[in-house]
Amino acid sequence: MSTNHAVLAHHFENLEQQRETAAFGMWIFLATEVLIFGAIFTCYAIYRLRYPLDFEAASARLNVLIGSINTIVLLSSSLTMALSVHATRVGRQQMLLTCLLLTILLGATFLGLKVVEYYQDYKEKLVPVLAFDPDEWTQIEGVEAPVQPQRVQLMLVFYYIMTGLHAAHMIVGMGLLIWLVIEARRGLLTPVRYMPVEVIGLYWHFVDIVWIFLLPLLYLTGTHQAPPWLPIPPIHF
Amino acid sequence: MSSAITTGFVPQAKTRPPRTPGENYLNVAFGVKSWLLTTDHKRIAILYLVTLTILFFIGGAAATVIRLNLMTPNGELVPADTYNKLFSAHGIIMVWFFLVPVVPTVLGNFLVPMMIGARDLAFPKINLLSWYVFTIGAIITLWALLAGGVDTGWTFYTPFSSKYARTNVLPTMIGIFISGFSSIMTGLNFIATMHTMRAPGLTWFRMPLFLWAHYAASIILVLATPVLAMALILVGVERAWGIGIFDPELGGDPVLFQHLFWFYSHPVVYIMLLPAMGIVSEIVTCFSRKHIFGYVFVLWSSIGIAVLSFLVWAHHMFVAGQSVYSALIFSALSYMVAVPSAIKVFNWTATLYKGSIAFETPLLFALGFIALFTMGGLTGLFLAALGVDMHVHDTYFIIAHFHFIMVGGSVMGYMGGLHYWWPKMTGRMYSDFLSKLAALIIFVGFILTFLPQFVLGYLGMPRRYHVYPPEFQVLNVMSSAGASILAVGYVLPLFYMLWSLYAGKPSGPNPWGATGLEWQTPSPPPPHNFDETPIVTTGPYEYSIEESALVH
Amino acid sequence: MSGPITPTRTYYRVFAALIALTLVTVYVSFLELGPWHTTVGVLIGVVKASLVGLFFMHLLHSSKASWLAVLASLFWLGILMVLTISDYLTRHILEY
Ligand SMILES: [Cu+2]
Repeated sequence: MSTNHAVLAHHFENLEQQRETAAFGMWIFLATEVLIFGAIFTCYAIYRLRYPLDFEAASARLNVLIGSINTIVLLSSSLTMALSVHATRVGRQQMLLTCLLLTILLGATFLGLKVVEYYQDYKEKLVPVLAFDPDEWTQIEGVEAPVQPQRVQLMLVFYYIMTGLHAAHMIVGMGLLIWLVIEARRGLLTPVRYMPVEVIGLYWHFVDIVWIFLLPLLYLTGTHQAPPWLPIPPIHF
Repeated sequence: MSSAITTGFVPQAKTRPPRTPGENYLNVAFGVKSWLLTTDHKRIAILYLVTLTILFFIGGAAATVIRLNLMTPNGELVPADTYNKLFSAHGIIMVWFFLVPVVPTVLGNFLVPMMIGARDLAFPKINLLSWYVFTIGAIITLWALLAGGVDTGWTFYTPFSSKYARTNVLPTMIGIFISGFSSIMTGLNFIATMHTMRAPGLTWFRMPLFLWAHYAASIILVLATPVLAMALILVGVERAWGIGIFDPELGGDPVLFQHLFWFYSHPVVYIMLLPAMGIVSEIVTCFSRKHIFGYVFVLWSSIGIAVLSFLVWAHHMFVAGQSVYSALIFSALSYMVAVPSAIKVFNWTATLYKGSIAFETPLLFALGFIALFTMGGLTGLFLAALGVDMHVHDTYFIIAHFHFIMVGGSVMGYMGGLHYWWPKMTGRMYSDFLSKLAALIIFVGFILTFLPQFVLGYLGMPRRYHVYPPEFQVLNVMSSAGASILAVGYVLPLFYMLWSLYAGKPSGPNPWGATGLEWQTPSPPPPHNFDETPIVTTGPYEYSIEESALVH
Repeated sequence: MSGPITPTRTYYRVFAALIALTLVTVYVSFLELGPWHTTVGVLIGVVKASLVGLFFMHLLHSSKASWLAVLASLFWLGILMVLTISDYLTRHILEY
């Protein structure tokens, strides 16, 4: 009981209530996040419906390979995060530390690949304002109607805002994970006090879910225009 | 129901440190640090009270200059661009830095845990953080408004805000963006608290209507604010880098910004209004010594308003170029909001009917709320009608309508709530005479200020204009005269309430003979509100007949 | 919120499904689907997101309140999307 008392904050009656409140609080926060990302998804949907060809043309130039690999990296980090919760609840300290460190490593891999991708986008003149060549877009092979450079730019702006906002969430999540590692090393994450892992896990998984939708919306809308560097030919039926 | 006491006390499993007699949340610790690092919801409420009072008077000062300028048709007092900055500053400060936070963060913060029988909100540290975030946002915005100003109006319509305005648009928006997170934190805290921290026996349908109103408002805070945040990010990106998200020249659509903006900014009116409605429900029952008429209806009308408020936003955009069909649907949906609002007004009236009414100061404010809100709500129906809106869109008719709702409604309700719970917050009574006088002055001043504006708007005087045709002068002078009376009404409470802290007579725990858990504690309440967790055995508002004899 | 401890086996299975669905969605995007690309991509995304939500985020064993938060956020997202997009889809029918 003495350990329970240290864990229980003064304004709660019991641990069950405290846990319930922590999880529910995070769920409400995530509802807020759904609307913040939902707002930009709505804008994206409207322009995508308005300018389908321009958006597909811009999407075709994005790096599908890195986008897909990053999806797998992020899903793996979600797995290790989920395993951390399991490890905490069964009291396996070593497994917890390993899983948390793996999650951080995978998160860092994601961000590293993202930086590489941004740099390549920059070299390919896909960054509005900074590096963008309007003339390049007036003649594209495989697109039926001519696209307009400003509309392509619009798609790219959405790409940067959406992935940028996502990356910002990742960075916040990494900070939280580092805090969890410190807590774990001090032996403060136990089967009694496992909520920090659970709650931060919820956040991490949510960021993963956002990426799950970014992949088809940003990267996969133009892939049927078969970028030459991928070995898969377009399949017609 | 013969017993006036709605709660009994039984010892709980968790033991608490004994409290020295007479210790309360104000005298438990002294010094700046004890205030700036407090996690006590009551102290945070006081922090908010001080901050918001300052902001209210800054926003009011801008309004004063606007009204002075409009005394003459040619606007001799300030140049046109200063005038634009003044009405923008007035709108921005009053909407985001006073009306949205005021009732939830001051009265809500103070009362939600007490009414619910809890020792604090679910996340006390987040509660403190919300005050810091809010204050930082307010300072950034104030700095932007004072050092150069903004001339876009509080609505930041694109492409003016994103492309053409050469004023401090970006820093102002950053300030609003930051303060938005404090809104979210407050709403999140309230929802989590009400779900998980209710005292034993306090079921959902035994909660006072003040709590239900805050629950409904919190839904809006949590789900609407992020959309505004995104809209501001997009305008900021467009403005900073010249990218055409909302710029028609570059393939964007300016109406899309209005969609996002009003998805937040219509419901935001109900963030201001719902908590004030909750206050009125508490006051009306207390001073007519009756159970609320139709508890369930009032409760569901709060939730109904919260949901419906999200379905009507494009009534602000009837002339903006949206689709005709869309406009038609939004017009029809807008009428629907009238239903839950009317339910509330009818229920308050029915509660007053045959009650033994005591015309104390809080009730005067509450009656003012009911009268002014009804007028504001009914004129809102004019505006929901597509055809009428085409005529009065962007005129003083709109200005009058939303001031009836936001000042006549929200501020009136807030003043009522502040007078009602002031004895609980401070343990002191304010001057009875002066407070009743203030209520009267505010009501009269308000009517004189804004009633002529309905006429002005109907005659066609557009809003946000620095000059106007001479034939509108009589009505404008009436309005300005009313504004000066209103100003006196708002300054007066500042004095007698501060005075009450020094010279007010002690109020005792329950000066109004009200039910509700917050009145079962000493005034001011002890640091952790309740020595024992209360057990609730009945619903709210059990004012019995015998008890009415006890009213002082 | 002290639901049952999810066994690691469940996590591995869900993870395998997620990876499989990722490969499917990438592969399908290379097919010629005409206007259906986004629809298919988003639908697969919904399945993946549900798997993450139900198992990794333990929604399956969460309180009603947590479900309320999830459903409310989706409902309000629906309001935002449907009412905004319907404006754009009906604009060209009749202009004034
Ligand atoms: Cu509105």
